Amino acid sequence: MLRSILAAVSGGLFGAGLLVSGMTDTTKVQGWLDVFGDWDPTLAFVLGGAILPMALAWYITTRRAQSLVGTAFPAPPEPKLGHNLVIGSVLFGAGWGLVGLCPGPAIASLSWGGTGGIVFILAMVGGMLVANPIRARIDQVAAA
Amino acid sequence: MIEMDWVWGLVGGLMIGLAGAVFLLGNGKIMGASGIIGGLVDRSGLSNWQERAAFLAALVVVPALMLPLYNVEVETHISDNLVLVVAAGLLVGIGTRLANGCTSGHGVCGISRFSLRGIVATVFYLLAGGIAMVLFRHVLGVI
Repeated sequence: MLRSILAAVSGGLFGAGLLVSGMTDTTKVQGWLDVFGDWDPTLAFVLGGAILPMALAWYITTRRAQSLVGTAFPAPPEPKLGHNLVIGSVLFGAGWGLVGLCPGPAIASLSWGGTGGIVFILAMVGGMLVANPIRARIDQVAAA
Repeated sequence: MIEMDWVWGLVGGLMIGLAGAVFLLGNGKIMGASGIIGGLVDRSGLSNWQERAAFLAALVVVPALMLPLYNVEVETHISDNLVLVVAAGLLVGIGTRLANGCTSGHGVCGISRFSLRGIVATVFYLLAGGIAMVLFRHVLGVI
């Protein structure tokens, strides 16, 4: 129960932060990516602002044995990069640029995003469903 | 950029970081939106579905409840071109699962612990997003 409550607090804060920062507005995200147009630096402030408390949280994990609910903290980052990290990030970035939505803001704006927002989420879910077979195929080609 | 936008960006960013801190210190998990959704979609994360569902429900409900605080209409300004929207959604869904993370997981949570994977992913999705803007806005003029 505590775990669900903490998850809801986190999700609520995340959604509030996305709305307040302007990241649920696709024009602000595309404005950031559009370096050769009317460039909008807002996203840099959002990312910078988010990294500060998060860096502190990571530091705190080094001083504590376990999380509040008693689970282990995440393992140290995997040093291996791998082709899927690069291929996936390029595909994700292209989609992000095309309409200016990434997964968090897409869900956060569900209540006011209209048909376009819902269509985006359905397509994203569809993409997630086919990602595993695509990954298997990429690994097969890479290993050959 | 309208004046003050960067202040709201910073304030909202701090809230996003705080959200990630609660998820990490509270539940011992990395707050990655694509991972939280994806684990439910491909059923790989059903063991802690309550935590995922609670996170996503609050992610939808809390901003919805905040809308009356704005005296202007809040809009996403998403494209009317549904073909483009579907293509973008598919790319985001496939890409974030292949890369195992998106802007929140790799960007916010990865960079803040100097994860090489998070930094590399962020460089590549920013570059791809920038190139998409050049190509589809300035060359083809479709967005």
